[in-house]
Amino acid sequence: MGGEAHHGKRRGNFIQRTIDSLAETLERSLYAEQFAEERGILQRLDPRVKLVAVLGFIICSAASRNLPVVGAIALVAVVLALLSRIPFTSLTPVWIGMFVFSGLIAGPAIFLTPGPSLATLPWLGWHVSSYGLRSAALLILRSEVSITFSVLLVMTTPWIHVMKSMRVVGVPTTVVVILGMTYRYIFLMLQSASDMFEARQSRVIGKLSDSDARRLASATVGVLLSKSFQLSNDVYLAMQSRGFRGEVYTLDEFRLGQNDYIAIPLIFTIFVSGIWFGLV
Amino acid sequence: MDALFTLNNIRYDYANTAQPALHDVSMTIMRGQRVAIMGANGSGKSTLLRILDGLYFPKSGTITAFGEPLDEHHLMDDTYAHAFRKRVAFVFQNPDVQLFNPTVYDEVAFGPLQMRWDKEKIARSVAETLDMLEISHLRDRAPHRLSGGEKKRVAIASVLILDPEVILLDEPTAALDPKSQSMVVDFLVGWANSGKTIVTATHDLDTVPDIADDAYIFQQGTIVAHDTPANLLQNHELLLAANLIHAHHHHHDGVPHTHPHFHLGHEHDHSGEI
Repeated sequence: MGGEAHHGKRRGNFIQRTIDSLAETLERSLYAEQFAEERGILQRLDPRVKLVAVLGFIICSAASRNLPVVGAIALVAVVLALLSRIPFTSLTPVWIGMFVFSGLIAGPAIFLTPGPSLATLPWLGWHVSSYGLRSAALLILRSEVSITFSVLLVMTTPWIHVMKSMRVVGVPTTVVVILGMTYRYIFLMLQSASDMFEARQSRVIGKLSDSDARRLASATVGVLLSKSFQLSNDVYLAMQSRGFRGEVYTLDEFRLGQNDYIAIPLIFTIFVSGIWFGLV
Repeated sequence: MDALFTLNNIRYDYANTAQPALHDVSMTIMRGQRVAIMGANGSGKSTLLRILDGLYFPKSGTITAFGEPLDEHHLMDDTYAHAFRKRVAFVFQNPDVQLFNPTVYDEVAFGPLQMRWDKEKIARSVAETLDMLEISHLRDRAPHRLSGGEKKRVAIASVLILDPEVILLDEPTAALDPKSQSMVVDFLVGWANSGKTIVTATHDLDTVPDIADDAYIFQQGTIVAHDTPANLLQNHELLLAANLIHAHHHHHDGVPHTHPHFHLGHEHDHSGEI
């Protein structure tokens, strides 16, 4: 990869394509920060206000037992993405990924939760419980809301500002140090993984048998894990060497502007309404 | 000249390895000295630099920096840590681990921000440093998108901006194209009379006479020789034993022969034929 994201048609197996696209997505969200330069609605807000708002919306959806309320918060996220000029092409992979992961966790509840049966699966004879379906939908929707707001925050705010805002709102230094390190480390690790797969591919002739492919994949994961320890250590040492001790200093001073004074009561109203209607 | 670093019987072990990374290392680095730490891969050069930068702490032995013990306890103190980080800079071998800011400008400004310089001074110093390293045109680029040579220059700029007294460089010319290599070497040569103390870990013997006045050879975690670069580079037996040169078979004027092989001043050195 050599620090560059792949463009154009990629070769390679499923794992390599996944690593490459993860690296590309991370690069876009963590580095390019082109969306942070856009003059959208979220980009005009003070990072501290954005961070508190995102945490508020996530708490609100997590606390809510009411599906339409969580749906309404999800709608707020989509509207904010539109008004912040975040293209849906950047959000869709995140939504699909979260749907698959949370779906795997929530899926069994559809059949296992006791309650009135809505339908029965052909052949298997499993009953789709209405309570189970509601629980699964709630869990998936909450996960989608959380990931969407988190991604919106990262895409519309330079990462260093996110870290500084965390310190302002009282996130402990250790957590900020770990996040700062992770920011660089994840990208380097994906680069490393992609390089390893490419190097492997260049030495493999023909198609490997399934067992050989599995053996190679597990060996690669082992080497990558060992490399990742070294890498995380080096990233931390490099930050420490240049005087980083967990406190984040930036060239830009945070100042609340007119937009923030309009946004704060609006966000507060949505938050309180969400909690109120979500719990009743 | 006064002693900046004094190391006495240093030993360092990595977890799960039988062989110590460093053992019985004693040395003194004087103010304004340019020191080369030579050794093959795995000889302990990088570990030594990390100890000098207060990133690793020896398992046994003592180290003092600027007349005070350099240990974990002292570096826990904010005032001491700030003063030390301001005075000692480290350029890592892999610039990728060192560059973590969104733009080159932010990268170079990162150190001064940690030192809490005022914004005007930071803006002025960043502009000057970018100019000095001839990378002003890269100021708004993302560091990870640059070429290897450009990354190295940004890494050097990001530590030079603090005007440190000591610069530690780990394999500064490794994996660079010839033009970038010569740029880095020119920088190191240019610091000859700057009063800065430069410690360079390298196995690139070609550059050592230009960048150092004093040199150590490391092998299996310990010092096996200490002399001037000129004297050490003449000792082919020692260089061969330390895996810094290799004997190989090749042709000169159609005559095949074998001798220890390395390049100095772009000339083949044949004096140690075996």
